[in-house]
Amino acid sequence: MRRNQVAVVGAAETTELGVIPNMSQIQLHADAALNAIADAGLKLSDIDGFATAVETPQQMAHYLGITPTWVDGTSVGGCSFMLHVRHAAAAIEAGLCKTVLITHAESGKSMIGKLPRSTAPDSLNGQFEAPFGVYGPPSMFPIPVLRFMKTHGITHEQLAMVAVMQREWAAKNPRATMKDPITVADVLNSRMIAYPFRLLQCCLVTDGGGALILTSADRARDFPRKPVYILGTGESVETPMVSQMKTFDSSRAFKVAGPLAFKEAGITHGDVDHLMIYDAFAHLPLYGLGDLGFMPYEETGKFIADGHTRPGGKLPLNTNGGGLSYMHSGMYGMYALQESVRQMRGIAPAQVPNAKISVCHGVGGMFAASGTIIFTNER
Amino acid sequence: MAEPARAKPKPTPETQHFWDGTKAGELRLQRCDACANVYFPPRPFCPSCASRKVSVFKASGKATLYSYVINHRPAAPGFTPPYAIAVVELDEGPRMMSNIIDCPQTPEALELDMKLEVAFEKLDDKITLPLFRPAKG
Ligand SMILES: [Zn+2]
Repeated sequence: MRRNQVAVVGAAETTELGVIPNMSQIQLHADAALNAIADAGLKLSDIDGFATAVETPQQMAHYLGITPTWVDGTSVGGCSFMLHVRHAAAAIEAGLCKTVLITHAESGKSMIGKLPRSTAPDSLNGQFEAPFGVYGPPSMFPIPVLRFMKTHGITHEQLAMVAVMQREWAAKNPRATMKDPITVADVLNSRMIAYPFRLLQCCLVTDGGGALILTSADRARDFPRKPVYILGTGESVETPMVSQMKTFDSSRAFKVAGPLAFKEAGITHGDVDHLMIYDAFAHLPLYGLGDLGFMPYEETGKFIADGHTRPGGKLPLNTNGGGLSYMHSGMYGMYALQESVRQMRGIAPAQVPNAKISVCHGVGGMFAASGTIIFTNER
Repeated sequence: MAEPARAKPKPTPETQHFWDGTKAGELRLQRCDACANVYFPPRPFCPSCASRKVSVFKASGKATLYSYVINHRPAAPGFTPPYAIAVVELDEGPRMMSNIIDCPQTPEALELDMKLEVAFEKLDDKITLPLFRPAKG
């Protein structure tokens, strides 16, 4: 894909984030979509491309009252929206549509109008993982981390520092769910969830949503907001069974998607001003820093513990507070994208001064899928 | 009221040989006749070279502990927390999820790379699960 041919011209989250007991899941989608439409100064009838995950495109297109000529229902977990951005950029460049709306929403906490997750007993997960006591992401996502720690010499204190540093960012963000400062001791004394991870190393469970609007870079100049260009993109999948990852020392999906996006963007790691790495659990930023090639895995824990990703650090990471402190409705990728767009527009609550390139890296399932989008505010 | 039971696998045509094996006290894997790749989970072709010529064989049942969590909450139906959910590496190469029995469910007792051997736990007349215990000697 060519650089900077497509731009984000509308971006918004749901009016409220956190606990939203008065809206169903599809209405959360609509709330985010209407906010994004208003942000872009558009009408719903201007939308001719539509993408969403979990809820089907037909469900949401009908609910919103739009008639798309291009749809994408890619649903690979929390990074689905990174993949939607990549696919939408290709579709706009190919002339399949002009103005794409991407929506995400989840009634993750209130569970209104949301189908419960279930695993069929004759699926591979149902036969070869479910019988051994996995029960939701906290029991599955951390399974690789002890091996990762042993191979790369990562400590429990370093993994606790991930949560501490992100809380520092969240403290600057009025919309963050958790804002009070925490210490390594607070993390290591919080309730055990799935050893080695404790409560403060696991994502929040909240309600909310977000939406993006993309169009060609040439048209983007006529919109009210500063355009945020798509500089590079990557995607991949590995396996829906965490036990069947090729290795726990790294994520194959990350190692394919991330470098693909860097290559397409034509940038080096030193060019990155701002970084989002989807943090459903505290080990993900370490995998991301290693798999995307920022540094050897052995250095990732120390890098974060030494404060290089905190406010004022040389590599600002998860500046909204992340899934650990900002919000996590279940599929957090959309919120990481929203923060990258805010940073590139220069309007983030914890704005990184003069940030010009933002890397936004997402995970789907338990390392099952990955998508990376690199944004810039310069064309 | 009966205690909620643990999730029970339902075999498919492609996995029936595996579950027939555990019922008979054997851990059965598949090996590609063309490239010798040993793989898991079961399927009637080689995911490495796409050959449909594959054979089922009885694995040694020997493994090492690759990684795990000790789950505290929420607990799956049929499990009493804290309990370890492990991924074991079979001597033949493939890894599989399982539980570690006859061993305290603690970080001190569960040492990565410790030697394990398969044990079979019968759930009912159709399904027996492959679990692992610390290897003797
Ligand atoms: Zn083969």
